[in-house]
Amino acid sequence: MSKKEKNPRQGMPEQDPKVRRANFDEVPLGYSEELAVIEAGRCLQCKKPACTEGCPVDVDIPGFIKLILENDFVGAALRIKGTNSLPAICGRVCPQEAQCELRCVLGKKGEPVAVGRLERFAADYERQTGAVQVPEISASSGKRVAVVGSGPAGLTIAGDLVKWGHRVTLFEGLHKAGGVLIYGIPEFRLPKVIVDAEISYLEKMGVKLVTNAVIGRGKTVDDLLDEGFDAVFLGVGAGAPVFMDIPGENLSGIYSANEYLTRSNLMKAYRFPEYDTPIARGKNVAVLGAGNVTMDSARTALRLGAENVTVVYRRTEIEMPARAEEVHHAKEEGVQFKLLTNPVAYIGDENGWVKGMKCIRMELGEPDDSGRRRPVPIKGSEFVIDVDMVVVAIGTNANPVIPVTTPGLDTNKWGYIVADEETGKTSREGVYAGGDIVTGSATVILAMGAAKKAARAIDEYLRQKK
Amino acid sequence: MNKIVKKSQLSETVFRMAIAAPEIAVKRKAGQFAVIMTEEKGERIPLTIVDSDKNEGTVTIIFQVVGKTTMCLAAMEEGADLFAVLGPLGEPTEMEQFGTTVVVGGGVGIGVAYPIIKALKDAGNKVIAIIGARTKGILILEEDIKRICDRLIVTTDDGSYGVHGFVTDVLKDLIGSGEPIARVFAIGPVPMMKFLCEVTRPHNIKTIVSLNPIMVDATGMCGACRVSVGGETKFACVDGPEFDGHDVDFDLLISRLRMYCNEEEEARKGCRCHE
Repeated sequence: MSKKEKNPRQGMPEQDPKVRRANFDEVPLGYSEELAVIEAGRCLQCKKPACTEGCPVDVDIPGFIKLILENDFVGAALRIKGTNSLPAICGRVCPQEAQCELRCVLGKKGEPVAVGRLERFAADYERQTGAVQVPEISASSGKRVAVVGSGPAGLTIAGDLVKWGHRVTLFEGLHKAGGVLIYGIPEFRLPKVIVDAEISYLEKMGVKLVTNAVIGRGKTVDDLLDEGFDAVFLGVGAGAPVFMDIPGENLSGIYSANEYLTRSNLMKAYRFPEYDTPIARGKNVAVLGAGNVTMDSARTALRLGAENVTVVYRRTEIEMPARAEEVHHAKEEGVQFKLLTNPVAYIGDENGWVKGMKCIRMELGEPDDSGRRRPVPIKGSEFVIDVDMVVVAIGTNANPVIPVTTPGLDTNKWGYIVADEETGKTSREGVYAGGDIVTGSATVILAMGAAKKAARAIDEYLRQKK
Repeated sequence: MNKIVKKSQLSETVFRMAIAAPEIAVKRKAGQFAVIMTEEKGERIPLTIVDSDKNEGTVTIIFQVVGKTTMCLAAMEEGADLFAVLGPLGEPTEMEQFGTTVVVGGGVGIGVAYPIIKALKDAGNKVIAIIGARTKGILILEEDIKRICDRLIVTTDDGSYGVHGFVTDVLKDLIGSGEPIARVFAIGPVPMMKFLCEVTRPHNIKTIVSLNPIMVDATGMCGACRVSVGGETKFACVDGPEFDGHDVDFDLLISRLRMYCNEEEEARKGCRCHE
C-alpha cells in the first residue's frame, strides 16, 4: 500500500451552515453519479473484506461498490437490500466511522472508502428513478406474525418475514409508522419521504400496518396470541424519557428530548400554525447531554430561531457519544458547547417559566463502569446560565407497558426485556424481542441487526410449529 | 378511520359524540381516556371516554370547545371520519366497594364524572353526586346522572338553578351533616379540584382527582404531562390521569397548562373550520 492514492475520499456537497441553520431541509446533499463512481473506484475490493465484518447486517460492501463502479446503480441498491432492507436510512444515520469504515484497509494509512455515502447514493438513485421493485415473495407459510413497534427493528423484521411467506401485521402506537425514524430523527438529517417510502414498500410486499395501536394498553401480547398470531416480535424501543430529578425540572420551557423532537418531527410543530401542535421557541436554549439526540435537539432549536444554543455536558468532547459528524455539523451551525458542566437546579420566573439554570463545574476522576472517566463536581463552583428553554437529552428508559401487561415475560433490573442475543427469544414461547427494548438506547443499525437474527429464529420456529 | 356515529349538543359549547371504535369499546374502563386527532395536521388531544357500547362498537366522548382542535371537532358532523383515535389510555379508576362515595363534577368535568359514578354503582357503592356549573344553561348530564346515582345535588354559581353556590360548599355541608364518606372523586376545573381537596383534607377523606395536563403522545413517551404528586414527578398519561388529590401540586399543573396560551390563541384565530 505504498502507492499514493489517485483520488482522495470524496466529500459530499452540503447546504451552507449559514443557510441551513434557518431551514429544515436535509444538510448533506448526496453524491452525484460522477462523485459516486470516483469514490467507488477507491475501493480495493479486498478478498476478505473487513468492512463487511464490521456491518451488523452483513452488507456485501465490496460487491455493491463494484456495481456502482460499473454504473449499475440499481444493481448496487439491490445487492445492499439482499441483507439490509433500509439502505437509504442506514446510509444516513449509521455510525459508519465505528463500523464498516473503521475496518476499511484504506483507513489504516489514509481515509477509508465512504461506504455510507455510497450506500445512500445507491438507495436514493433506486428510489428517485422509480426503480424500486417488490422482491419475490415466498409461497405462503400460512403463519401469522405480529410485529409490535414500527421503528428500525420492526420495519426490518416485517420485511424479512413477509418476504419468506409469513403474514405480517405491524402495530404502531402513534398515528404514523416509523418509530424513532419519524418522531425522533429530524427532517434535516433524515427526510421523512424516505421513511414513508420504506413503509409503503413494506405494504406493497404485503405487510398489514395498524397504526394507533398501543399493544399492552388496548390489545395485550396475549390477546394477539389468542387471536391466532403464531409469533410476536416486540420492537418497541426504549421510549420513556429520563429526567435528572433536580429542583425546578417541571418548570414550563423544560422539555424531554422525546417531547421536543416529537413535537417538531412527528407533529410538525416547526410548521406551526400550518400544523396545530405548538412548540416553544426559546431564545437562549440549553440542551443537556452529548448524544446524537442532543445534537438533533440543539440543531432543531437553532432552526426554530434560537439566538444561543448551548450543549451542556458533564464530561469532555472525547467522551461524547454523538457521532463526530453530528458534533461537527452542530458546531458549524453555531451550537456552543459548555463542557465539564452539570445542571443542579432550575430557576423560574413569576409565571413558572424557566429563566435560569444553576450549574456546577466538573472535573474528570477515575474511570467508571463505562470505561470513561467519571465526572466529579468541583465544590463551590456553581454558576447560573440564563435560559428560557431547556431540552433534557440524557437518554431514555424502557417503557414498562408491555412487560407489565405480559405475564411471564422476563425483564432485567432496568426493565428491559431479556432476550437471547442470537435469536431474540424471550421467556415466553413464541414471543421474541430486539432493539432498544432489549439493549437500551443504541443505534438504528444495531436494532436492525437484532431484528435480522430474530427474523431467522422466528422463521425457523414457525416452520417447525404445527 | 373512526366514524362519528352520533353527535349532540349538550350546551352552547359542550358536545357529545359517539365514535366508532369497537376495540376501544371492548377494553375501556372507567377513568381511561382516548387521544383524538381530527385531521393529519391536527393536534393529539386527550379526552375521557365517558361511556361505551360494546354491541354498537362505539365510545362516547364529551368535550367543550376551548381551542382550535375542539372547534374543529365540534364542526364535524355525523358520518365524518376522525383522523385518529387511540385508546384506551391511562390507568382505570381504582374500583372496589368503598361504602358511601361522593363524586363531584364541575363544568365539562361532569362528563368525566359520569363513568366513575357508573362504575362505583356497579361495584356496589352508594353514590352521592354533586354537579355544578356557572349557570343553568351550561349544566350538562343532569338527567343521565340522576338515573344512575343514589342522590344528586346540583349547584350553580349564579343561583339560576339548584343550590346557589359552589360544589365545595355543598361538600362541606355534606361532611358536616355526618354522612360517613369513604371516598371523594373530584373532576372539574383545576381550582375547583384544588379547593375540594382542601375541604376533605382536614377530615382525612381520600380524594381522587382526574388531571388534564397537556399531552402529546399520551403513551408515556414524552413527559409533557408531568405532574408533581407527593413530591414525585409522575406522567399523567400512564401513571394517572387519576391521583390522590391531597398529594397533587395543583399550582404547577395550572402553570404548565398555560405554557402555550399565546400559540393557542393564534391557532384559534386562524381556525377556518367553521367557514
